[in-house]
Amino acid sequence: MIEFAMQKAWLIPFLPFLSFVLIGLITKRSEKLSAFISIACILTSFVLAILVAVGIFGAGEEFIEKSFEYSARWFSMPGLEISMGVKLDPVSSMMLFVVTLVASLVQIYSLGYMHGDPGFSRFFAYLSLFAASMLGLVIATNLLQMFVFWELVGLCSYLLIGYYYFKVSAREAAKKAFMTTRIGDFGMLLGILFLQIVFGTLNFTELAEIVPKYADYGITLGTLNLIAILLFIGPVGKSGQFPLHVWLPDAMEGPTPVSALIHAATMVVAGVYLVGRTLFLYKTATTAAEVVAYVGGFTAFFAATIALTQIEMKRILAYSTVSQLGYMIMALGVGSLTASMFQLFTHAFFKALMFLGAGSVLHAMHGKVNVWDFGGLRKKMPYTAWTFVIGGLAIAGIWPFAGFYSKDEILLEAFNTGHTGLFWLAVITAAMTAFYMWRMIFLTFFGEEKAENHPHESPFSMLLPLFVLAFLSVVGGWVALPEHGWGYYIRLGEHEAGHAPAWMIATATTAAVGGIALAAAMYWKKIISYEAVGKAAGPLYTLSFNKYFIDEFYLWINHTIVDGLGRLLYWVDIYVVDGIVNGLGFFTKEAGAVLRHTQTGRLQNYALILFAAVVVLVLYMYFKSPAAAMIVLGGGN
Amino acid sequence: MIGLGHFLVLGALLFCIGLYGALTKRNAVAVLMSIELMLNAVNINLVAFSRYLTPDYIAGQVFAVFTIIVAAAEVAVGLAIVIAIYRDRLSVELDDFDWLKW
Amino acid sequence: MGLLTALFLAPIIGALIIVFIPKDEHKTIKSVAAVATFASLAICLYVYFAYDQAAGGLQFTEFISWLPDFGINYSMGVDGISLPMALLTALIGFSAIYASWNIEKRPKEFFILLLILIAGVMGTFVAQDLFIFFLFYEVVVIPIYIMVLIWGSTKRVSKEYAGMKLTIYLLIGSAFLLAGLIALVVKSQGLTGNWSFEISQLAQVKFDDKFQIVTFALMALGFTSLLSMWPFHSWSPDGYAGAPTAVSMIHAGVLKKIGGYGLIRIGLFILPVGAKFWAPWIIGLAVMNVAYAALIALAQKDLKYVVGYSSVSHMGYVLIGVASLNIIGVNGAVANMFAHGVMSALFFSMIGYVYDKTHVRSIPDLGGLAHQIPRIATGFMLAGMASLGLPGLVSFVPEFTIFIGTWKAAQGNPAVMVAAVLAISGIIITALYTLRLLANTLFGPRREEYDWLPDANVPEMVPLVVLGFVLIVGGMFPFLLMDMINNGVEPLMTHIGPVLEAASKIGGNL
Repeated sequence: MIEFAMQKAWLIPFLPFLSFVLIGLITKRSEKLSAFISIACILTSFVLAILVAVGIFGAGEEFIEKSFEYSARWFSMPGLEISMGVKLDPVSSMMLFVVTLVASLVQIYSLGYMHGDPGFSRFFAYLSLFAASMLGLVIATNLLQMFVFWELVGLCSYLLIGYYYFKVSAREAAKKAFMTTRIGDFGMLLGILFLQIVFGTLNFTELAEIVPKYADYGITLGTLNLIAILLFIGPVGKSGQFPLHVWLPDAMEGPTPVSALIHAATMVVAGVYLVGRTLFLYKTATTAAEVVAYVGGFTAFFAATIALTQIEMKRILAYSTVSQLGYMIMALGVGSLTASMFQLFTHAFFKALMFLGAGSVLHAMHGKVNVWDFGGLRKKMPYTAWTFVIGGLAIAGIWPFAGFYSKDEILLEAFNTGHTGLFWLAVITAAMTAFYMWRMIFLTFFGEEKAENHPHESPFSMLLPLFVLAFLSVVGGWVALPEHGWGYYIRLGEHEAGHAPAWMIATATTAAVGGIALAAAMYWKKIISYEAVGKAAGPLYTLSFNKYFIDEFYLWINHTIVDGLGRLLYWVDIYVVDGIVNGLGFFTKEAGAVLRHTQTGRLQNYALILFAAVVVLVLYMYFKSPAAAMIVLGGGN
Repeated sequence: MIGLGHFLVLGALLFCIGLYGALTKRNAVAVLMSIELMLNAVNINLVAFSRYLTPDYIAGQVFAVFTIIVAAAEVAVGLAIVIAIYRDRLSVELDDFDWLKW
Repeated sequence: MGLLTALFLAPIIGALIIVFIPKDEHKTIKSVAAVATFASLAICLYVYFAYDQAAGGLQFTEFISWLPDFGINYSMGVDGISLPMALLTALIGFSAIYASWNIEKRPKEFFILLLILIAGVMGTFVAQDLFIFFLFYEVVVIPIYIMVLIWGSTKRVSKEYAGMKLTIYLLIGSAFLLAGLIALVVKSQGLTGNWSFEISQLAQVKFDDKFQIVTFALMALGFTSLLSMWPFHSWSPDGYAGAPTAVSMIHAGVLKKIGGYGLIRIGLFILPVGAKFWAPWIIGLAVMNVAYAALIALAQKDLKYVVGYSSVSHMGYVLIGVASLNIIGVNGAVANMFAHGVMSALFFSMIGYVYDKTHVRSIPDLGGLAHQIPRIATGFMLAGMASLGLPGLVSFVPEFTIFIGTWKAAQGNPAVMVAAVLAISGIIITALYTLRLLANTLFGPRREEYDWLPDANVPEMVPLVVLGFVLIVGGMFPFLLMDMINNGVEPLMTHIGPVLEAASKIGGNL
């Protein structure tokens, strides 16, 4: 079985794709059948993914350094060979597990959440395609394969964010997501082209071997840094790093299960995964790695400051995702595959949990989104509330929840590699994370019930995924505990970081607890007036609440600069380029109009001119060369 | 003694008269007649050359016969056209015929 | 009769049969046209898959001596470059018949002209004799003019203006081309003593550098204006906007590609030194195409103009691929012609449905159409996604290969590097206008005024299914296309490789 699963690992993305095709072409009209096919396929993939994971992790050391890889030619020509294949190693099999798990749970959840929606089958088709694309990305053997599925993931997110296509906001959000990631893809594509031209291959395994010897390929370290930074622009777009983070909060326009899928397991982590896959590049190109680390650290902090003041539940979660992704990117920047993948792993669970929980709340509140309209929901929706609290504890990093282990790992790595500044930035961010998460939790689930709300607990199909994810959010971090645990399998050259010193754990925990306590004081017990705090912050509050006006700035660029340029060039095209063309036409026509006066239409005039021409010609020839003229005149010798 | 030159001068005169007529006459029938004059000038030339330069061959005369036949046909067609135009326009004045101009 | 003759003879026979059908028998006329183009498509598919890739070279050749005094022969043959183009023609021709299924005005004349048009385009791709090539090329011009005039539509510019502009550009281009052809043949006769119009024989002749540079310029003027290179592009948006759907499909889909095909098959193959001399200029102008036309597409409000300018922009990639003068770039250029053909034909057929029924083409007046016409919306989505180069659809791999080829050509040449980056940045603007178009026509609130709009029926679905199938299959299995193309490009580039290496004259110092 295990052998089969590993040999046929391409089935893992193929099955959801098959379900997409089947639903799209055949079973679209039957909602039940569509959902059944979709869930059956993703569950089968999940089983296969578990078998693969058993095969990889069960083999001990075998696959840690050397991956299990096979591929088939996709297209080729002299100087360019691209294949599609499967690369199984600890990182990819971990990802396969996470993606199939979250995707399965989201699909089961959607059974309840999307019940009665007119586009039910379409929704499941998109979800299947989304899962297929992400899984294809995970098993990619080379950068181009990754790019292909990367773009498909982008397409699916476009389709799903714009699922409610009749809503203008959803339509615009979908467009924005696609456009923003496209800008990232542009940089990434340049990086890929560079790699292909310089090294002649895009295969990860081969690149990992030859990139350190870059000097043999006639490039300088500076060029390599440039390549690495270009490549990193892709993840900046996809994983919502500053300054291309703007699409992610808007992506919540899609149905909530989609947000869970996008924010937790697919789409956004693709960027992190890509940097993880090409980490060998950043190990050599250290300047680029520094850029990565600081972009990640800054994003983590920056997004957290925005999340502090947002009032929509999903928007807060969205900025929290941006912030958490910043952590992962920062961990990669400081050179630790272990820590970032660990954070990705645990984050997938608690973020999916919280999004699905938020979906449950929104489902119950019939479209209200403002956290200030909620309150005391824990009484009517106990399961949702308590699983959400588990998620909140996990993301804040409270022992023994999953986030505690992964966050510590990142802090430790940042500190050990000498990035003290980033370390403290991360600690402050952790405190803010705890604060804004618990602000939301207190406002939503605690406090007084509001009379105008009539919440109800969600159906079992929606609660089951919450339970599973809550369980994993608790135990997910424990995989680091055994001796041959997380860091033993998932690493790239770095040593196992060991355990964080006591002062560090104490600092981190203090930050988290402090954040929660402050939130409790302000929003639950109301000891501190949040209004006074907001007023004291003054312009800072306005900046944060308006997301630093970055969206407005981009809109201005888009609508004023880009569109303006378009209109200007259109003017040039019509009046200058076409003007010349039409001018030539006009000139021809006018010349004709002048010359037509020579055409009297009278035969006698024509005959006169004809005869005169003959006479002139003959005379001319007679004086020019009499001999020739004599022939015409009929004489000669 | 009348020689080749006299005939050629006669032919040239006839041709010039014909040409003048063809280019200046307003009446279409007069133009047709002028064209006949020009053709006959050619005929004179053909016959004269034949008689004086190559008396053993009668190629020139044969040519002249051909020209006469063509001229006859041409007059027939030409007059038919003139009549057709007259029916349409009630005029044989060439100044009224400028339909070649678009 | 050979298979290749049958390829373009099938539509002509169809046209001849239609001549004898009473003009009120609409259904029969359309069926005959469909059968004729289907026969052509079937033969083309057979030829495509029966082509022996291991052997390579020209296959299915036909040769009949015609005017031996001038070395003009009826010579047909296909290789890896012309086969995809022929297949494209057959596919789009077949789809175009169905896209015109709703024609009510003079269908008899319409389908006769359309079939002649298809036959003409097909002929250019299979002809191996320059004279025959030119003959077919000229056959194409007349039906287009008439069709735009009778069945076209007037919006920003009148259809008379659009048709005239289209035709004059085609004719001026072909005048330059003819001058180039004659120069080529006469010069080769002077050098070798034999008259020959055969492409493969002309390619063996060693023309001197100066001659190559001048003649290439003449030919390139002809071919690139057909390929709508900046600044000779302005016929394209106006022409497509004025033309009826089927003409837009065939013109944007295949006719334009004759320019690129000729540039490779004749320009590059016979006159490599000239190509190398002018390549920097072409790259520079092509970058203008990509960026300039894409930005203008952003400012358009008319659906057909958006696609028209987008096609100008995409042709920039083809030009860049050709001008990169390496095997990867040229491969990509040929493949992109195929990809863009399928994509733009699908786009125009979808726009045609909407326009023919609503007589609205202005984007602000449309919106939310996915509610009423989901099938057509799917077609729009497919075409749009292909237009922005989504992997998994046919246009991604060609664009990627062109980028690789250009990047390779740009090594050690900063100016070309800048051009390449600018060209690649075109993917962002392309995405912007495509997504805007899709969002503003298909999505958004339901508009009651379009509730009566019927979705595509079975004949109308044919272009969507056929072209959509090709888009997806070509994208998922690119080797089906790329292997064939490489089979034609590789020997060509190997043939001119040493000459290109040795050539030292480069224009423009770019």
